[in-house]
Amino acid sequence: MFSGYPGGMVLYLHNQIIQGLCERKRAGLARAVTLVENGSEHARHILEEAYRLRGHSKVIGITGSPGVGKSTLVDSLIGAIRERGDSVGVIAVDPSSPFTGGAILGDRVRVRSRTTDNEVFFRSLASRGYLGGLSRHTGDIITLFDAFGFDYVLVETVGTGQSEVDIMRYAHSVLVVMAPGLGDDIQAIKAGILEIGDVFCVNKADHPDADRAVAVLEAMLGLNRQWQWKPPVVKTVASQGKGVVELLGKIDEHLEFLKQNGLLEERVSRSYIAALEDNIRRDTVDRILTEARLDGTLDLVLTQLSQGKTYPAAVAKQLIGKYLCAEESDNQ
Amino acid sequence: MDRTIRVLVGKPGLDGHDRGAKVIARSFRDAGMEVIYSGLHRTPEELARMAVEEDVDVVACSILSGAHNTLLPRVVECLKKEKGTEELDVLVLAGGIIPAEDVEFLKANGVDEVFGPGTNTQDIVEYTKTNLKR
Repeated sequence: MFSGYPGGMVLYLHNQIIQGLCERKRAGLARAVTLVENGSEHARHILEEAYRLRGHSKVIGITGSPGVGKSTLVDSLIGAIRERGDSVGVIAVDPSSPFTGGAILGDRVRVRSRTTDNEVFFRSLASRGYLGGLSRHTGDIITLFDAFGFDYVLVETVGTGQSEVDIMRYAHSVLVVMAPGLGDDIQAIKAGILEIGDVFCVNKADHPDADRAVAVLEAMLGLNRQWQWKPPVVKTVASQGKGVVELLGKIDEHLEFLKQNGLLEERVSRSYIAALEDNIRRDTVDRILTEARLDGTLDLVLTQLSQGKTYPAAVAKQLIGKYLCAEESDNQ
Repeated sequence: MDRTIRVLVGKPGLDGHDRGAKVIARSFRDAGMEVIYSGLHRTPEELARMAVEEDVDVVACSILSGAHNTLLPRVVECLKKEKGTEELDVLVLAGGIIPAEDVEFLKANGVDEVFGPGTNTQDIVEYTKTNLKR
């Protein structure tokens, strides 16, 4: 299976990791995630293998504002999934510092149960400057988890504001978590995060305002008459596990709906487009800026910009023309 | 390869005081590292499992209960078991209330360095950066 790759130590490393993936060794998966996340050269062969093996997992995105209880809900969802005997991988994203690049990844503080369960795997990721609520390599990392063969992959986004909707590009089903008392009906009709939910959850439902939050959401969802799938709203108290089995049931119903209507393939191909977009953007931006910095062009245009002799969109066009269209014969 | 240092800050055992753990977590963060905080009351088995799944370069345990001679060698043992090797590629650090006479025992049992109260956090960061095992 590995014969096509170049030899030496690097080959050994790939094989260990790929074999780890195939044999479901958690250290293999963990190291593969690290290499992909660091944009390592070794990642290429691992991803090749992972994309070949993918296709089993149900990918559930979990998003919502900071403090609504996403991590606590993940903890109880892990429990509900394991109760049925299914396996689950969790990817939890927290923000990186824009100044130092450091991060505190605190989701494990809430996800306390089943840490040593062999059918559960939990990985914390830092967003590393990526702004859509995920990290730059989340798409590829979901694929690694899928290749590992988990029945479910849960992806918890950073605490989101109103427009971090990237999760919808990668998940088969998106769960938007809300809490009582976080906004009125004008918030509910705004564009953005409330549009991307396939299932809604009002957590902390033991709060007196919970029914009102549900009513506002239901009213917002009722305004759209064109639903193929009308997103259900489920009340949960994640800290006590209340409503979580029902919530998981609704998520499964949505996945079944997608499958029955041939929409699952559409979502999967959406995730491929997202991955392509991410990769193209990353590679071209890196390449243009690196080359422009090396040959001094960047300094030159910065001076022109500060003197008001040109404007950013024009410079961007010029740089794209200069560095991207020049030679396309690079190794790949 | 752009490599970010990842650290697990762990609280093994039954003491419920994590001010120190949070201060050190913050110092690692400010040094550009990614810090996974375990939360309170973790078993050595749980911490080892976390270290593997998070693929960390450093496991830094904070312990104030006095049970360090029992718990920390057990953390190292569990790490070796989880990783399936005697040669750990993880730096194991300890901090908290640890009497000087216990340091030698801990070092003989796989803890790489022990930092007591009053240690400059910058010194811990520097030590960590220069003693990584991979």
